[in-house]
Amino acid sequence: MTIAPVCPSPIMQHETVQMAHGAGGRLSQTLMQQVFMPHLNNAFLDLLDDQAKLDLPAGRTAFTTDTYVVSPVFFPGGNIGELAVNGTVNDLSVGGAKPMYLSAGFVLEEGFSLSELETIVKSMAEAARKAGVMIVTGDTKVVGKGQCDKIFINTSGVGIIREGVDLSCRNLRPGDSIILSGTAGDHGMAIMTSREGLSFQSQITSDCAALNSMIAAVLDAVPAIHAMRDPTRGGVAATLNELAVSSRVGIEINEASIPVKPDVRGACELLGIDPLHVANEGKLVLAVAEEDAERVLEVMRSFDHSRDAVIIGSVVNDHPGMVVMRTVFGSRRIIDLPLGEQLPRIC
Amino acid sequence: MKYIDEYRDPQLARNLLDEIRRKTTRHWTIMEICGGQTHSLIRNGIDQLLPDSIELVHGPGCPVCVTPLESIERALVIASRKEVIFTSFGDMLRVPGSSKDLFMVRSEGGDVRIVFSPLDALQIARDNPLKEVVFFAVGFETTAPANAMAVYQAAREGIENFSVIVSQVMVPPAMRAILSSPGNRVQGFLAAGHVCAVMGYEEYEPVALDFHVPIVPTGFEPVDLLAGILKTVELLEEGRAEVVNRYGRVVSREGNRVAQETIGMVFEVIDRQWRGIGLIPGSGLGLKPDFSCYDAEKKFNVTHICTGESPLCMSGSVLQGMMKPDACPAFAKECTPEHPLGATMVSSEGACAAYYNYHRNAYSL
Amino acid sequence: MCLAIPGKLLEIFDENGLKMGTVDVNGSITRACLEYVPDIQIGQYTIIHAGFALKIIDEEEAAESLKLWQELIESGAFQPDEDCPSPESL
Repeated sequence: MTIAPVCPSPIMQHETVQMAHGAGGRLSQTLMQQVFMPHLNNAFLDLLDDQAKLDLPAGRTAFTTDTYVVSPVFFPGGNIGELAVNGTVNDLSVGGAKPMYLSAGFVLEEGFSLSELETIVKSMAEAARKAGVMIVTGDTKVVGKGQCDKIFINTSGVGIIREGVDLSCRNLRPGDSIILSGTAGDHGMAIMTSREGLSFQSQITSDCAALNSMIAAVLDAVPAIHAMRDPTRGGVAATLNELAVSSRVGIEINEASIPVKPDVRGACELLGIDPLHVANEGKLVLAVAEEDAERVLEVMRSFDHSRDAVIIGSVVNDHPGMVVMRTVFGSRRIIDLPLGEQLPRIC
Repeated sequence: MKYIDEYRDPQLARNLLDEIRRKTTRHWTIMEICGGQTHSLIRNGIDQLLPDSIELVHGPGCPVCVTPLESIERALVIASRKEVIFTSFGDMLRVPGSSKDLFMVRSEGGDVRIVFSPLDALQIARDNPLKEVVFFAVGFETTAPANAMAVYQAAREGIENFSVIVSQVMVPPAMRAILSSPGNRVQGFLAAGHVCAVMGYEEYEPVALDFHVPIVPTGFEPVDLLAGILKTVELLEEGRAEVVNRYGRVVSREGNRVAQETIGMVFEVIDRQWRGIGLIPGSGLGLKPDFSCYDAEKKFNVTHICTGESPLCMSGSVLQGMMKPDACPAFAKECTPEHPLGATMVSSEGACAAYYNYHRNAYSL
Repeated sequence: MCLAIPGKLLEIFDENGLKMGTVDVNGSITRACLEYVPDIQIGQYTIIHAGFALKIIDEEEAAESLKLWQELIESGAFQPDEDCPSPESL
């Protein structure tokens, strides 16, 4: 009997991310070819160069970057990939830019499921297609188990600012109407109620969406919008405070006018959280001269994700730098910046 | 939302306010015991709508505010241990000890997790048999049934890697302490509705009698609060020192007997330090000897705790209704939610934080 | 001290020997321990604090007190005082 010694060949088929997937060798290529390229392919990415060479149209360029570390990675209404594309698209759009090209940088935790990664990449491709942008360059690194939480994604983006618009958080003028494009707090409560340990079986859906088509339509109709912001972390309260401080004006909002979905409200009541402090990922806060407000609302309401758009208040001369809410009882209270992370409380 | 929206009805609130104005003939000082009520009053601006002759002072009913510094220090020491998963209601994470809080312990590598229910902490213990799971069991009588059940259930299932730091306090002894204080100005009380949901209001009857004060169990929504204030004013104007329930949909005279029994099985009455106030005899609950193996302070044998409060902090006077938060020299200056000197500036229920969040610069409104 | 919110009981189940339930809080579904409300029926409202149902809401009492306030308003017992500032003027 003869024994033919055979060196076992290394395992090339993995179900989870390995350190070698980020080492630049053959496994890195496999990851590229099997997970990323089938979904993200386009004329720029297919060249596999170290950089994308872009011909930008004339005009001013808007450039932005944001990093996404959401946990859980999959949540009702979306996942981290969709969020990373839509978030950067929105950050460009609220500056009056038409978003065009995105980069995507991935930090993967050793052991993260490759099929989950593929689902995330797939939804990034889908979100980019929907928003009409291209992911033209990217990077992947793998870190050891426990050194990141499954997957972190950075996206940067460029867009061309349309002519004739002047959007800035310093532009608010007394008398302006403040418009909110829909219900407050959906994304943050979708995340919080899907975390473990909070006893929820709830299906609050994130509002994660790209707003560029809606914003473009609004600017077509009313180019003279004064300011736009997407009220993400810190919620509507933080955005309004930033606007009031930057423009050195007061903002007064009406408690009764703030739209909140019933289930979001229920969860907020139960956990003792103010929906105005909760993050949104598909909402817009906008300031516009009072006489243009109805026209803006009409355009917004023709889009599905902003059909609940409403005037929530106005810009005032009083209390510059401060946001004040008129309660349904006729009293007033300050709407402050949230301190930090929103914590469920029992008292 | 059923049982909430009806009690936020502006018209009903307006009518109750009118009736309060009509009934009030002189200055009255009324204390709402519960921090949740303080929060609701300030958040809805009810205090701005009441006639000037009704003065609301804010009581000590905030477990986060009155949990003694020593307990917090012990919690921080235990939470820092490698083998421990430390679980807490979200409320306690920002409460400052002498030099840090639970968030900072987490940033230094401690496994600190937020739970909504003490039973969630117990589940973490089941899921992590090789870890020691410690739950920070703070609260007034409202939370005592939940905390008691977690310990009782751990014993029933024989879960040994679970223990609690107990900081349970009770309302009636605190009311007596406030009323006995030489500086007391409180003439009537809104009793904490959810404490009464558990305990009923029988135990307030002797307090009303002994100190000749009206006590009105009251809910938390604006209309509930106004109905409670109206009843208190009526009793004060008529000179009646009685206990009258204004939260009937949730509170009965005897309270929740089943819950009281479980509390009695697990806990016993002990003397208790209140942060900012001091020792109040018979005002706390501690684990009964049968359950002492679930006492985290014994299990981890934490001794030599050095504590130091900021000398600027006046939270004791605030908690006893002797000082309004914005009368404190440090308010919104040295002491802010970002850099709290005392717990009353941390908890959303703390009177100082409520004033800071909703009322700061109220004069400019 | 104590945030407790009303919710409607949807179902009852046993978990680790404890009587538990799913509760609908305005469309948000959460779990609560029902050990302290042994008589609760599906469809009833209860007050939830720290994951525990503490009291079945007394629907009759609630309806009665609201009705009473409403009647007081209608009967004119609440007479707005002309001299008092209305909330709007504050």
